[in-house]
Amino acid sequence: MEKRLLSGNEAIARGAFEAGVTVGTGYPGTPSTEILENLTTYEGVYTEWSVNEKVALEVGIGAALAGARTLVTMKHVGLNVAADPLFTSSYIGVKGGLVIANADDPNMHSSQNEQDNRHYAYAAKVPMLEPADSEEARQFTKLAFEMSEAYDTPVILRSTTRISHAKGVVLLENPDRSRKASGFERNIKKYVMIPGHARLRHIEVEKRMERLGKDVNASPVNVIEMNDPAVGIITSGICYTYVKEALPEASVLKLGIVNPLPEELIRRFFSSCKKVCIVEELDPYLELRVKAMGFKVEGKSLFSSVGELDPDAIRKAFGVKTTPALPSSVQLPPRPPSLCPGCPHRTVFKILNQMGLIVTGDIGCYTLGVMPPFSAMDTCVEMGGSIGLLQGIEVAMDGSGSKSAAGVKMTAVGVIGDSTFAHSGISGLINAAYNGRKSLFIVLDNGTTAMTGMQPNPFSGERINGQEAFSLDYEKLGEACGIKNGNVRIVDAYKPKDVEESIRALLDSGSLALLVIKGPCVIYKRKKMKNKDKKPV
Amino acid sequence: MNEKNYNILIVGVGGQGIILASDILTAAALFSGLDAKKSEIHGMSQRGGSVFSHIRFGKKIHSPVISRGEADILLSLEQMETLRWINYAGEKTLVVCTTTRIKPPNVEEYPGDIDGELKKCRPFIIDTDKTAEAIGNKKFVNVALLGFVSARIGFNDDSWKKAIQENVPSGSFDDNWNAFLYGKKSFKEVHQ
Ligand SMILES: Cc1ncc(C[n+]2csc(CCOP(=O)(O)OP(=O)(O)O)c2C)c(N)n1
Repeated sequence: MEKRLLSGNEAIARGAFEAGVTVGTGYPGTPSTEILENLTTYEGVYTEWSVNEKVALEVGIGAALAGARTLVTMKHVGLNVAADPLFTSSYIGVKGGLVIANADDPNMHSSQNEQDNRHYAYAAKVPMLEPADSEEARQFTKLAFEMSEAYDTPVILRSTTRISHAKGVVLLENPDRSRKASGFERNIKKYVMIPGHARLRHIEVEKRMERLGKDVNASPVNVIEMNDPAVGIITSGICYTYVKEALPEASVLKLGIVNPLPEELIRRFFSSCKKVCIVEELDPYLELRVKAMGFKVEGKSLFSSVGELDPDAIRKAFGVKTTPALPSSVQLPPRPPSLCPGCPHRTVFKILNQMGLIVTGDIGCYTLGVMPPFSAMDTCVEMGGSIGLLQGIEVAMDGSGSKSAAGVKMTAVGVIGDSTFAHSGISGLINAAYNGRKSLFIVLDNGTTAMTGMQPNPFSGERINGQEAFSLDYEKLGEACGIKNGNVRIVDAYKPKDVEESIRALLDSGSLALLVIKGPCVIYKRKKMKNKDKKPV
Repeated sequence: MNEKNYNILIVGVGGQGIILASDILTAAALFSGLDAKKSEIHGMSQRGGSVFSHIRFGKKIHSPVISRGEADILLSLEQMETLRWINYAGEKTLVVCTTTRIKPPNVEEYPGDIDGELKKCRPFIIDTDKTAEAIGNKKFVNVALLGFVSARIGFNDDSWKKAIQENVPSGSFDDNWNAFLYGKKSFKEVHQ
C-alpha cells in the first residue's frame, strides 16, 4: 500500500473518494476549507461551493436521498447555519451515505468563537466520529459512510484545527468507484416531515440510537489500551495523542465514536482502573455523560474549558515533570495580521474612520478594518450580522419602532464582503426594505472569498473548479429587493474621492441604499497561478 | 538515528518558505522509513504574520506538536522570531538562526535588545546575504538551511532529494538541490 503524507483535511477527502463519494458540497471556513478543495481534484466527484452551509447540507441531503454517497463540509459555526436541516435530516435518514465533515477550532486560531460541536451530535441524535490523526481521518471517513447507510442516518465526522492542519502518514487504499446513485424513490412517510409522519420517525430515531448505543461497545474504533491500572484516561481525537505523549504508562479508553457513548465499555474500563480521568478540550462533554452514567470521574477540575490542550497541560495536571525551557525575558512586538499592502479594503476604512460613522462590521479579511490605523468597525458577530445589526441600531436610535423617521440623517453604515453578502446578507437586505429602513449597506467586493484562501462565490463569475459561472448582478438584485431611486451604486475601490462622495450622497438621500466598492484582492491572482499545478494524491 | 523521537521547530515570518521547508523535512523523514507528523496553523502566512511549523519524526509519533523545552533543533529564518519561540528550546537544543530582520508592522523600530538575548541561547548564525549570494537566490535560503541541519539529522541524500523533488516546482529542483548541498557543506565547515 502506498504511503503518503497528508493533512487531516486531505485525508478526509481521500477517504471520501475511496468510499465512492460522487457528490461533495460545502461552504469555506477555516480549518475545514481544504477538504472540498481536495475532493474537487478527484475524477468522478461532483463538487460545489454552495452559497452557505444550510444550502450545502440541503443539496447534500437531496443527493443522499437520490442514492449518492455524499460529503458535506463546513467549519464549526457553519453547522449553526445548517442546524435546521441537520436536525430533521436525522429523522428522514439517508439512502446513499451522508457524512458531514465538521471542523472545530479550539483556541480560535481563525474563528469568532470556540463552540464545541460535539453537542450537536447529541442534540440532533446522529452518530459522531472523531479521528486522532490523518490516517484515522481517512479510515473514519470511510467508516462514517458505512455507518450512515447501516443505521440510516447522517453521520458527523468531527475534526479540530490540529487534526485538519497537521500532516501525518496515510496508507492509500484502492478506491471503490463502482457506486452509482440508485435514484430517488418516493417514500412520503419517511421524507415528508408533517407532524403525523415525524412522530413516527422520531420513534425510529430513538430506536436507531438505542441500537447504535449497544453496537458501539464492540466497535473497533472504541478501544481500551490497558497499561498501568492506577490511572485510566478516557479521551478522543487529538487529545488521545497528547495523552500518549504525556502519560505513556496510563491505561486509555480511546473513543473513536463520541456519540453515542459505549456505556458497557466504559463500565468495563472503570472496573479495570483504580481511578479514571477524562481528558477533553473545550466543554465537559464526555465528563457530563459519564457522570450521568453514575461514575465518579475527574475532568474539568483538572483542565480549562478555554483554548487547546497540549502534552504539557496534561503533564502539569497529573504532576509529571516537564522539560525545562530556555527563558525569554524580552518583550517582543506582536505580528498581528493586517490588511495586505495594496488591499482594496483599505480605502473605505480610511474614509469611514475620517467620517466618524458607526460601522456594523462582518466577517472576512475586511474585519481587519477594526485594527489601527483604521479603527473603523464597531460590531462583528457572525456572517451576515452587519446587515441586521445596523437595522436594530437604527430602529433603537430613531425611537420610532419600525416606522421610518423621515429626514433623520443616518450615522451608521454596515460593511460586508461579497461572499458574506451572498452567504447571508441578502435576506437581511430584503428585511430592511420590507420594514422601511433607510440603511446604507456597503459591499466590499474583492472578487473572491479571500479570508479562507480565495474561493469563488456567486458574485465572482466562477465555480469551484474554475469553470465560468453566472455572476449575481448587484443593480438588479438591489432593485428586486426594494432599493429605489437608483440607490445602488458601484464604485472603484482605488478612487477614494468617488467612494467618499458616494457614501455622503447615499446617506444624504435618506433612503435605503447599497454601495458596492469593487477592487480585486491583490493575492488572488498569485494564488490562481499556484493552483494550476495542483494534482490529486 | 537513535530510538528517541526527533523534534524540529521551524519559525519565521509569512513568505519566508517555512511551510515548504517543513513539507520537505517531513517527507524526507517518511522516505527514510520513519513515522512523521507536522503541525502548523494556516492563515497568517500570506498576511505577514508570525509562522511556525512543528516537525516530529521517529519510530512512532503521537502528538503532532512539540512540548516546550523539547525541540532538538530550533531553525529560525528571522531573528526576533527565534526568541518568540525560544521556550520550545532547552539546554541541548541546536539553535540555528539567520541574520534576517523583518520589522513588524505598527512599530517604529526593530527592538534593540535582540542581539544580547540571542547570544544567551548560543545560536549558529547563518548570514542570509552571503548564503543568498552563494546559492544565487534569496528564495532558496530556506532549503539551504535544511541542508545545514541535515548534517545533524542524518537522512541519506536520496531521501532529501526525493523530498525536494516532490515539493518544489520541477523547474526549480536544480537550484533547490544546489542550495541544499551548499547548506550541508557549510555545516561541515563550521564543525571541522
Ligand atoms: C457561518 C460561517 N461560515 C464560514 C465562516 C468562515 N469565513 C470567515 S470570513 C468568510 C468569508 C469572507 O469572504 P468575503 O465576505 O468575500 O470577504 P473577504 O475575506 O474576501 O474580504 C468565511 C467563509 C464563518 N466565519 N462563519
